Amino acid sequence: MNNPRALAINIIFLLIPIVISLIFAALLVGAVGRDPLEVVDALWKGAFKDSRKLGGVVNFWIPLTLVSIGLVVTFRAGLWNIGVEGQMMMGAIFASWGAQFIPLGENLAPLLQLLLIAIAALGGMFWGFVVGVLKIRLGVNEIFGGVALNALVNVISIYLISGPWQPRIGGSAQGTEPFPKAALLPEFSNTFPVNIFMIALVFAAFAIVLLMLNGTRWGLNLKAVGVNMRSALLLGVAIERTSMSAFLACGALAGIAGSYRVLFTFDNLRPLASGGIGFLGLLVVLLLSIRLLWVPLITFAFAAILTGSTRLQIAPSLKLDSSLAGVLQGTLVLAVILFQGVHEVFFPNTLSEEDAES
Amino acid sequence: MNEEFLNTLGSIIGTATPLVIASLGETITERAGVVNLSLDGSLALAAVLGFAAAWTAQEAGVLDVPMQIALGIAVAMLVGALIALLVAFSSIKLRRDQVAVGFVLTLLAADLARFLGADFTRIPGPQITRFAIPVLADIPILGQIFFRQNLLVYVSYILMFAIWFWLFRTRGGLALRAIGERPEAAFARGAKVERLRYWYTFLGGALVGLAGAAYSLNVKPGWSSPPAMQGDGWIALAIVIFGGWHPFRVVLGAWLFAALRAVSSNIQTNGLFFFGQEINFPFVLLNTLPWLLMILTLLVVSGGFTERMLQYLPRAVQRRLRAFMRSDPPRALATRFERE
Repeated sequence: MNNPRALAINIIFLLIPIVISLIFAALLVGAVGRDPLEVVDALWKGAFKDSRKLGGVVNFWIPLTLVSIGLVVTFRAGLWNIGVEGQMMMGAIFASWGAQFIPLGENLAPLLQLLLIAIAALGGMFWGFVVGVLKIRLGVNEIFGGVALNALVNVISIYLISGPWQPRIGGSAQGTEPFPKAALLPEFSNTFPVNIFMIALVFAAFAIVLLMLNGTRWGLNLKAVGVNMRSALLLGVAIERTSMSAFLACGALAGIAGSYRVLFTFDNLRPLASGGIGFLGLLVVLLLSIRLLWVPLITFAFAAILTGSTRLQIAPSLKLDSSLAGVLQGTLVLAVILFQGVHEVFFPNTLSEEDAES
Repeated sequence: MNEEFLNTLGSIIGTATPLVIASLGETITERAGVVNLSLDGSLALAAVLGFAAAWTAQEAGVLDVPMQIALGIAVAMLVGALIALLVAFSSIKLRRDQVAVGFVLTLLAADLARFLGADFTRIPGPQITRFAIPVLADIPILGQIFFRQNLLVYVSYILMFAIWFWLFRTRGGLALRAIGERPEAAFARGAKVERLRYWYTFLGGALVGLAGAAYSLNVKPGWSSPPAMQGDGWIALAIVIFGGWHPFRVVLGAWLFAALRAVSSNIQTNGLFFFGQEINFPFVLLNTLPWLLMILTLLVVSGGFTERMLQYLPRAVQRRLRAFMRSDPPRALATRFERE
């Protein structure tokens, strides 16, 4: 990378996907007869206009970063954990069970909340375990196992909401009754409505996973399994146990992410409470391959786009579907993947060592 | 036989058509060694753009109804084919992982469909009409089930036989199977592996697009958000595995899934009666059935589960059952072909 030409090409290949995805989104917006600049303005205001909006960004950032950290672990082991969305949802369901039925009063609220987060992690691990058993023991590809389990947990949540957990008055498929106050994670302040403990938890998870991936035998085993299963076996790595541990770790983090959705964002259990955040996490990790260090930054950008996009529907002169956010993120990731290919195939001698390795 | 029962079977065949066509398309693509994972998104995008094209032509009053529908179908097929081509290009030319690209395209196409479809939500548009095939429709039982449908259903029958014939009875089909099983060997024998992979991925994608049009112009007319076909792309991908990449078994799988879904939705609307007694059961849970079946079939056709169960049976039975139940993917599926 000492060579200035290589550096220039590297920078160009970093910028091209961003420019392409922006142009594509602008063309789309133009095609439906709206002003792209107005969209940018709405996205920006929707995300950063005041501290309340910024709080909204953080509230997407927390679960998104948690699942993305978990997905780095499964990706490192070469596993496609599409089931992460369902693992989030299972965590949300477990937390919702606890919030409704664990009889701890308001004086023990912090204890109750810790307990709820812990059982949410267990819920996510449980669903990750099922994907793992299907994959490792029974030979069902984890992509299909994951997709099916995502659908199953969604049906289960709808059943719970419209059946045993339906509100006493006006029962419908909209959601359960709001949980008791003791179960809900407290807001930092009215003007910056986020939960500080969870932010700390995200950074803790980030640090722990970073250390474990790079400094422990477990991290090495994961990498061995991910890079070459055959040689991992020859080196004596317990492949089944290592793969399962990756599913469990990711499931736990996804479960915690799910608990945040129901214990803070919504205050109750709703259908699809995971809101596609697990899938978005997969995009984040595809964008970065396995570079964990960048995760919190990219998730922040994605969370900002997601939060800002809610304004697209409200702004009177726009009235655009918020799925534009997904289009922007999807095009960006696709362009990054494709241009990595262009870079590798047509300019192989300008690759940095890290890229050449992956 | 009971008239109502036959009509039900007929409607199951009708509603299964998009699944049938999509799974057949993916079968061709995967036989060539490319996995197009984007089905769940490309079905939606093809459906909405096909509908939008047909509807726009209707509003403008430029074509007569059959041509409006033909236009919609053509647009949908083009959309499906282009998405599939992107998967092939990124794998063959840019050496990217097919699964990664396919997955991103799944999400991207689904979001694009929602974005572009926002203006077309819940409006009526042109629809494919059904017509009975003379003579064939009069065959007792079979005629009523299979031959009082619409054009796309008949197309799906023809596709099933045509793909089977091409795969197993022609030289071209032999080359197709070869590039999915042993591309190096096929290349050594003169097959243009890369060009064929592009071509079959394109063709398979066009069929996925056709399946999308089969939703929005027929089975579930129009567009809604969330889209009616959400999840079906994944089911189609699983059906290909269940069907062992064989067109007949694939179609059978699609029909079975559609039948199961028809039964469960019928029970959910009408309740379940057993000797005149209504059975109380949270029927919402019946929606889990297609997914449980998906896991179960994958369990049976792949991996160690079947092998372990078979060991308890007598040897003679073992071999036959194994041949019947197992389904092995094309050996070079989702891998890159490196020319030496």
